[in-house]
Amino acid sequence: MDKQVHKFILQLADNELILGHRISEWCGHGPALEQDIALTNIALDHVGQARLFYQLAAEMEGNGKTEDDYPYKRLETSFYNVQLVEHENIDFGYTIVRSFFYDHFYYFLLDQLTKSKHTALANIAKSAIKEVKYHLRYSSEWMRRLGDGTEESHRRVQQAVHDLYPYTGEMFLPSTADEHMKEAYGIDCASIKEQWLTAVKEILHEATLELPDGSWFHKGGKEGVHTEKLGYILTELQYIQRAYPNMQW
Amino acid sequence: MEASMEQKFQEKIDNDIRIEPKDWMPEKYRKTLIRQISQHAHSEIVGMLPEGNWITRAPNLRRKVALLAKVQDEAGHGLYLYSACETLGIERTELIDQLHTGKAKYSSIFNYPTLTWADMGTIGWLVDGAAIMNQVPLCRCSYGPYARAMVRVCKEESFHQRQGYELLLTLSKGTPEQKEMLQESVNRWWWPALMMFGPNDADSPHTAQSMAWKIKRFTNDELRQRFVDMCVEQAEILGVSLPDPDLKWNEERGHYDFGEINWDEFWNVVRGNGPCNKDRINTRVKAHENGQWVRDAASAYAKKQSEKKSVSVA
Ligand SMILES: [Fe+2]
Ligand SMILES: [Fe+2]
Repeated sequence: MDKQVHKFILQLADNELILGHRISEWCGHGPALEQDIALTNIALDHVGQARLFYQLAAEMEGNGKTEDDYPYKRLETSFYNVQLVEHENIDFGYTIVRSFFYDHFYYFLLDQLTKSKHTALANIAKSAIKEVKYHLRYSSEWMRRLGDGTEESHRRVQQAVHDLYPYTGEMFLPSTADEHMKEAYGIDCASIKEQWLTAVKEILHEATLELPDGSWFHKGGKEGVHTEKLGYILTELQYIQRAYPNMQW
Repeated sequence: MEASMEQKFQEKIDNDIRIEPKDWMPEKYRKTLIRQISQHAHSEIVGMLPEGNWITRAPNLRRKVALLAKVQDEAGHGLYLYSACETLGIERTELIDQLHTGKAKYSSIFNYPTLTWADMGTIGWLVDGAAIMNQVPLCRCSYGPYARAMVRVCKEESFHQRQGYELLLTLSKGTPEQKEMLQESVNRWWWPALMMFGPNDADSPHTAQSMAWKIKRFTNDELRQRFVDMCVEQAEILGVSLPDPDLKWNEERGHYDFGEINWDEFWNVVRGNGPCNKDRINTRVKAHENGQWVRDAASAYAKKQSEKKSVSVA
């Protein structure tokens, strides 16, 4: 098994799982019934994509591993998602901004993956990108509505942009697994940065919003160093498996 | 004039001709339907909360996805039912306001807490199961939009029921801890599920009129009896006991006899004293209030866009 490819797959899977977990927290609490349904739908897509990646990782590893071993039986230092996706749903604006930043990155990454020589990854990417196009449209439309809506919505969403932007740099900062993917398969997360900035800025402009000037970015998620929030997420996510180990559900 | 309209209306009902939104209908019929459909819609929405509790804690990814999809279905049911209700000349905002101020009710079952993972299965089996018993006859309800909404809702509810039962079946084949979790959950939910059919027929004053209008097809006690008969066998397969010492087969009636429901508890939960009444409403109100700025932003944005459009057209 190629360990670096395996880790790259876990990076993808963990991003999808943790973001899906966060968005699923909205279920039953959305700002309107239609948004409740849409957010739940998006959470379902994210968790569904996480499953595809975990299944692939399990298949690569063999020895009886299943999709559930990764989300339920690893400790926080063995999760490789970027820190951005761990952030709480402070309000609907934070949820949208978090997705908006992530969806753009993920879209461009999947776009590269659809063309890669790694057939299994390319196949997942081809089906996943269809869902991500919808996520991207959803988060972008809400950026416009909130940014160019009322004074209050503008203020709130601008604050979220300001607070979450420092967590975006990590997406483009190659981990050792990313370096390997670049050499072996031409998948280059660093090269996405420019495309990402152009796309994000264009929509922010329409939304009358601005990126902060800062050039300082947090990092560590891809190497297993997270924010304090991940521990709480896993406490909830893994509760049953920890309390009742080795059972079928 | 009114009397002959009413007579014609009743003739249509007697001949199983559907009543549609634009048709004339007695004011009481309209009011009864608004009350019933909105109560049903509210139940779907409030019902998302007890199960939503466990989405982030589901024990594996397959169950997590199934639970998310189920709760999403309930939101969808709420949406069609609010739309069906709006055809009777009332707006969703007003209906939601009635829920938040306590003027409208929702199914009391959702005022009980979900305390263990097994509750996700028990709710599917018993709560969705009882809902199906109540709702399948509504697919033939005299009011067209309600009947059509129910066709789709019932299909999904029966899927929920099978899914819940399958979850319990897995527990029933599991470890002693899992079997205990299953039994404990059934013990808590059995009686509240029987209460879902409402008061005994003798204490249900609206039943006769609703049956004449074909909004209702069977009485509360008829439906409750069917439900009990169905569950006994399913409980045996799960290897769980139902918490009722009086439950036994009655050869003469061809049905199971069962014990008396605790009507004191029933009325108390209806009056707001259930374990979760306050939590549920507070949670709904909070979601609505926290969403205000989002809804305001959406309408402000839509207004700006349409102004821009009309300027560019001119
Ligand atoms: Fe439902
Ligand atoms: Fe259901």
